[in-house]
Amino acid sequence: MNNSGMEQIRFQVMWDRLLAVVEEQAQTLMRTAFSTSSREAGDISAGVFDLKGQMLAQAVTGTPGHINSMARAVVHFLDVFPADVMKDGDIYITNDPWKGTGHLHDFTVVTPTFRNGAMVALFACTSHVVDIGGVGMSPDGRQVYHEGLNVPIMPLAVAGEMNEWLLNLVRANVREPVQVEGDIYALAACNDTGARRLFAMMDEYDLDDLDALGTHIIEQSRTAITAAINALPQGSWRHSMRIDGFEEPIDLVAELTISNGIIHVDYDGSSGTSDFGINCPMCYTEAYTAFGAKCVVAPDIPNNAGTLDAITVSAPDHTIVNAPHPCAVVARSTIGHMLPDVIFGCLHQALPDRVPAEGTSNLWNVKLGAGHGITKRTEGEATAFMLMSFHSGGAGARPKLDGLSATPYPSGVRNVPVEITEAITPIVVWRKELRMDSGGAGTQRGGLGQTMEITSREDAPFGIFASFERVLFPARGRDGADAGAKGRLRLGSGEEMRNKGFQTIPAGERLIIEMPGGGGFGDPKARDPDAVAGDVRLGFVSNEAAARDYGVVIQDDGQVDRVKTAAKRP
Amino acid sequence: MSDGARLAVDIGGTFTDVVLEHGGGQDSVKLLTTPDAPDRAVLEGVGDILRRTGVSASDVTLVIHGTTLATNALIERKGALTALVTTDGFRDSIEIAYEHRFEQYDLYMERPLPLVARDWRFSVPERIAADGSVLLDLDEGVLRALAGDLDKAGVEAVAICFLHSYMNPDHEQRAGAILAEALPNVAVTLSAEVCPEIREYDRMSTACANAYVQPMMAGYLKRLQDGLRTGGLGCPLLLMMSSGGVTTVETAVRLPIRLVESGPAGGAILARDIAGKNDLDKILSFDMGGTTAKITLIDDFVPHIARSFEVARTHRFLKGSGLPLRIPVIDMVEIGAGGGSIAGVDAMQRISVGPESAGSVPGPACYGNDGTLPTVTDADTVLGRIDPTRFAGGKVTLEPERASAAIEHEVADVLNADTNIAAAGVSEIVDEHMANAARVHAIENGKDMIGRSLIAFGGAAPLHAARLADKLGIDTVIVPQGAGVGSAIGFLRAQISYEVVRTRYLDLREFDPDTVNEIYAGMRAEAEAVVRLGAPDEPLVETRGAFMRYRGQGHEIMVPIPVRAFHPDDSNALAGWFAEAYGKLFSRTIPNLGVEVLTWTLSLATDRPAVETASSSQARYRPEPDGQRRLFDPANGAWLEAGVYARLDLRPGAEIPEPAVIVEDETSTLVTNGFAATINGQGQIVMTRKAVSA
Repeated sequence: MNNSGMEQIRFQVMWDRLLAVVEEQAQTLMRTAFSTSSREAGDISAGVFDLKGQMLAQAVTGTPGHINSMARAVVHFLDVFPADVMKDGDIYITNDPWKGTGHLHDFTVVTPTFRNGAMVALFACTSHVVDIGGVGMSPDGRQVYHEGLNVPIMPLAVAGEMNEWLLNLVRANVREPVQVEGDIYALAACNDTGARRLFAMMDEYDLDDLDALGTHIIEQSRTAITAAINALPQGSWRHSMRIDGFEEPIDLVAELTISNGIIHVDYDGSSGTSDFGINCPMCYTEAYTAFGAKCVVAPDIPNNAGTLDAITVSAPDHTIVNAPHPCAVVARSTIGHMLPDVIFGCLHQALPDRVPAEGTSNLWNVKLGAGHGITKRTEGEATAFMLMSFHSGGAGARPKLDGLSATPYPSGVRNVPVEITEAITPIVVWRKELRMDSGGAGTQRGGLGQTMEITSREDAPFGIFASFERVLFPARGRDGADAGAKGRLRLGSGEEMRNKGFQTIPAGERLIIEMPGGGGFGDPKARDPDAVAGDVRLGFVSNEAAARDYGVVIQDDGQVDRVKTAAKRP
Repeated sequence: MSDGARLAVDIGGTFTDVVLEHGGGQDSVKLLTTPDAPDRAVLEGVGDILRRTGVSASDVTLVIHGTTLATNALIERKGALTALVTTDGFRDSIEIAYEHRFEQYDLYMERPLPLVARDWRFSVPERIAADGSVLLDLDEGVLRALAGDLDKAGVEAVAICFLHSYMNPDHEQRAGAILAEALPNVAVTLSAEVCPEIREYDRMSTACANAYVQPMMAGYLKRLQDGLRTGGLGCPLLLMMSSGGVTTVETAVRLPIRLVESGPAGGAILARDIAGKNDLDKILSFDMGGTTAKITLIDDFVPHIARSFEVARTHRFLKGSGLPLRIPVIDMVEIGAGGGSIAGVDAMQRISVGPESAGSVPGPACYGNDGTLPTVTDADTVLGRIDPTRFAGGKVTLEPERASAAIEHEVADVLNADTNIAAAGVSEIVDEHMANAARVHAIENGKDMIGRSLIAFGGAAPLHAARLADKLGIDTVIVPQGAGVGSAIGFLRAQISYEVVRTRYLDLREFDPDTVNEIYAGMRAEAEAVVRLGAPDEPLVETRGAFMRYRGQGHEIMVPIPVRAFHPDDSNALAGWFAEAYGKLFSRTIPNLGVEVLTWTLSLATDRPAVETASSSQARYRPEPDGQRRLFDPANGAWLEAGVYARLDLRPGAEIPEPAVIVEDETSTLVTNGFAATINGQGQIVMTRKAVSA
């Protein structure tokens, strides 16, 4: 009888259980979070680690930004507080952008868990807090010092006693002290939830430690991802993409090498750091690089220490993708969200018909505010408010499918309903509609962007903290397809606005935001004429664009004019 | 009402079940569903069972009916030609949805298409603000012109959804009146009536779904009602709702969307009833069929009601891949784990099970059709748990060698493992998936498994119940009689009830008792108007709740609140009830933070039938087995001899020595070594965990 067979199944069941444990940990965190980024966008993570700091399981959440970065963060904690000095009831915390997950708004909390007097695992989690002081969620700061309070790795609790001095310091430095403190408590509590579930599993399976299980998980995952990478064409491919940047355009340049079971990405040739808060620390660059590559190569293999070293990243110091302290980093997603497109550009050369065209990629989050120090005082009563609302342009077309309209990639956020936004602010959204002709023309059409028109109900100005990409350089198509439409920001009266930085919308004015479209895939003239007619019927593509870009002539009855179309197509 | 005979009818995707309760007994008949005219199978089944039992049609005092017709119309996209009329600037909200990818790593993900395509979505100038005030008047001229166009286009149903109509429905009502006048043969749904709640996409989605199924459901229900009357059944016809309550045909025709998932709701009601009869105040209802498993937690004999639900999930049952409906629904978790779930091995040499299902065609490999992929039923067959000659009452003869071959080829060979071990692995993994889903569902609702009993029904559940109980630390498992027609039996145990939900934002700092009292008075009147149609004189029970959160949070929690008039100082009471509920869910509260209410709920129901605890001691006896089977025991990798018992032959008091298989027409119950099995006074199988000897 094959007893090792049953043993394998036992390991698998425990592995499944660990994944359920971190899922419960993450759910608990999300449902108690205060910041919109955490609760609506799932900008959180949760994971369980062995005593060496090797990650065994991580919850799949709304953000790829914590892939690998959280796994490495725990090692930084262990460097400062080695496992043998950790005691039952201790909890540790940091928001150091370079040791955590890339900006000060993310707190990472690590809890060693003890069972029968012995430490058996570490639980870690990360959450984006509402505020951390400084200039707020705007890339206008020039150094990380402008961006708020920095908490180096230190105890949040010692032997079960919360570090009240630290909480005091945090409360004194942030704009929403009660909510931020609430989020920190939520982080600590969700690690406890994880620990309780882990103990139940260890009781059930009569385990004293996680050594054998950890080895099993890491080895199976490593073997699987190595095999997946070895099945790819081997070699090196180079690609570059120009994006808007803040003060000047930025080039993102990558060379991707597949060999010996490893994918390595080197960002040599990428632009230097910015003077504003769009710089990306290495940990965040690694996260989005690994995410982009994994989506193509190994989407079903869970993240853990066995997959961590399968995708490696290097970049010269002082580049925008490897920005050192004290660069400003609050909007590091400006760069991070673009990296999968660069990876796809490399992989497309190795694996035709697998990766999508370029998309909007960066989120088009609408960050508005009014009040003291934000907008000028006005006569009458103007309501002070801050609003962070998640929105997206179009995604890139896929080899066999159109791009998704108004859908984020690589981020996994959800939007905030207009009715909720209007219920908590004086804002009125007059239009939120798909944007005709914004999807890049191709055999597969790029996803459409959307248009939003916004006013205040009050006779008062309001401000926008702009941090938008694809306004100057669009999302490009692949294999002969067209680029998506560029984004645009303007006032109803016609005045153009900048894509980055704080600006004021005068009282009585209307803010018009047109979000970019995704790039197309393949020659537009090869698109099925009936699909073009369908797009025209639905108003996704205009009659003019159908003729101009696709060479498809639509009759008055909405059907394709086959004769005229044939004449326009090669 | 309980003196006469009562009929329950459940239309599922494959079968139509009819149960007749009369003279303290119960009879049932199962027919194939007739999708082209579903009432045909119903009337045939009703006629059949009345003939068979000799009960006269005029003796039937009540017919309760649940159906998946609305659900199926949504899944198969076979509803009415529907138009959506919305506020200028928002005709794409139904398509933009949450701007979300439900599958993080899938580059080829597709979102479900909206029920109403863009060229059938129209907008009119009008605008209500978040506080209910009018920013822009409704342009009736534009609306009248639109009515003409809709008429010409042959639209069959219209959904109207304007922004903030949950605060002020005036524009929707006016637009509805204009369209109803201009299009007398078209069904019009107002979003503020179907779902008066904040969040425009969810409300719009619910309104569109209601409009989409309305003409079909109205036609069907009318035909059924006429057919029953012609057959001499002049008694009331009530409809089962997803909330577990029943309502009148009039309400069902107006709000057919509330009927989706009525079958699973019936199952949960059956579980609640059994919990009552056995005085079990914490249960887990476990319904496992061919494609999915549904798990419901029921405390204190009241199923938890959620107010949203996702229908027609198109991708691996993943959250986000379906259409959101904001309706009151019994809170349950449904996962792609059933007898037909397909097993395989993934890149990490892990056994995978589901969510893809072999369905009934080709079905599991052992059915001997064209199925070659191994399923959970194949694994159960290899492990000796299913008698190949008695599956489905002997209607299907299973071919165990095909099950073995499929498991061997697709699982055992890949893992380089023994076929029996591989089959045990498939069973173990599907049980683990269900256990994990149950645990996560519990934590999302602030509940746990401690002291819970498991009630198992559906074709595959009794085979997996004991192991699931092991994994969840549950000590008692009950398998009711008639598990194969469980939903229909559940219908007969439902209360006549109606739920009303209303969004009215309230910051507790600005609490005003008159406003809240007024909201509740309005909700009570609305609920009572509906419930009284079905229960004109009976005493009614009202329950209230509020969805509350700390100011700044994005998720509300359900807070039970007492039924009484509010006083000026009740803002503290509300804060206290919130803190209590929040503490229960998340094990802590946050001091000094403001609290707000988003939505108020009211449920009105006839009193729950009194619990009749089962008669206690029965003369115990040890029945003779019908035969013997070999069962594979994964714990030590060996075959065990197990007794086989026919459930029909077992009388109350029977003590069945484990391991055993108890066989009945629609399912088999597996009694594992850890459990002692008996038949209780109600004829239910009760498995109790044996004390572990030290």
